Amino acid sequence: MKSSVIIFPGSNCDRDMDVALKKFGFKNTMVWHNDDKLPKSDLIVLPGGFSYGDYLRCGSIAGKSKIINSVIDFAKTGGLVLGICNGFQILTETGLLPGVLLQNKNIEFICKNVFVKINDKNNKYFNKINKEILELHIAHNEGNYFCSDDELREIENNNQIAAYYCDEKGNCDDRSNPNGALKNIAGILNKEKNVLGMMPHPERMIDKYLSGEDGSIFFKNLLNNLKI
Amino acid sequence: MKIKVVVTLKNGVLDPQGKAIQQTLNGMGYSNVQGVRQGKFFDLEIAENDEAKAKAAAEEMCKKLLANLVIEDFKIL
Repeated sequence: MKSSVIIFPGSNCDRDMDVALKKFGFKNTMVWHNDDKLPKSDLIVLPGGFSYGDYLRCGSIAGKSKIINSVIDFAKTGGLVLGICNGFQILTETGLLPGVLLQNKNIEFICKNVFVKINDKNNKYFNKINKEILELHIAHNEGNYFCSDDELREIENNNQIAAYYCDEKGNCDDRSNPNGALKNIAGILNKEKNVLGMMPHPERMIDKYLSGEDGSIFFKNLLNNLKI
Repeated sequence: MKIKVVVTLKNGVLDPQGKAIQQTLNGMGYSNVQGVRQGKFFDLEIAENDEAKAKAAAEEMCKKLLANLVIEDFKIL
């Protein structure tokens, strides 16, 4: 399976993502934001980081970069696009995903492990995943998911909420909500379920000695689903 | 021609920075400050002599980039 990771000025999880994808068997290519064509890919990843220094709004400048038109075309034809952290922010700015990521409720940069509960498995990312609650890492200043009441109704009705922040037993409440996100939302899918954005970083949880391996579960499962 | 644009958060959108600024002002003794909403101001230098055209261009820029209409409103001054 072929993947591509887009590098924006200020991306800083691009190489971590490259390592993770290769570790689980993807043939990965790094793509510069100023290119206009994507290599043939089964998966496009917009990595975490601080593209363009978070100027204007997080992800807004990257959302207008040259390569993004190709990413949008790829997504519109059903291609899988995964945005992690700043990548999630970019996806909302392009309009591929609904809503927006606001500043964390406590105005602090949060860097810690969290638990997330998978909500919808009817997609290539989480189909057949054998663990309901994953321990993943977050590191962000703007992860507070927000959308209008109408949009919330729509994403709930379409099962577009990919994952919720929870505690290790799976309870979703204010105490397990790190950043004030609406309804504890940690990740969102588009209506067609081929575009996923999430704040937690699976690529940081792929080593049993350094972190934990719940990210490995995510990548292995994704690869298996792509092979079907 | 200079066009000035102000972008503000919509009502109901959480503004933690505004809240922190309000609390600081209250703490400094300005106890009558009941709310602060932080926004953005843009000074656009547009090569255009027709004011209506320049404002129309600025409006398009606001919709496409300067404001995120999910959470923000804009005003061209």
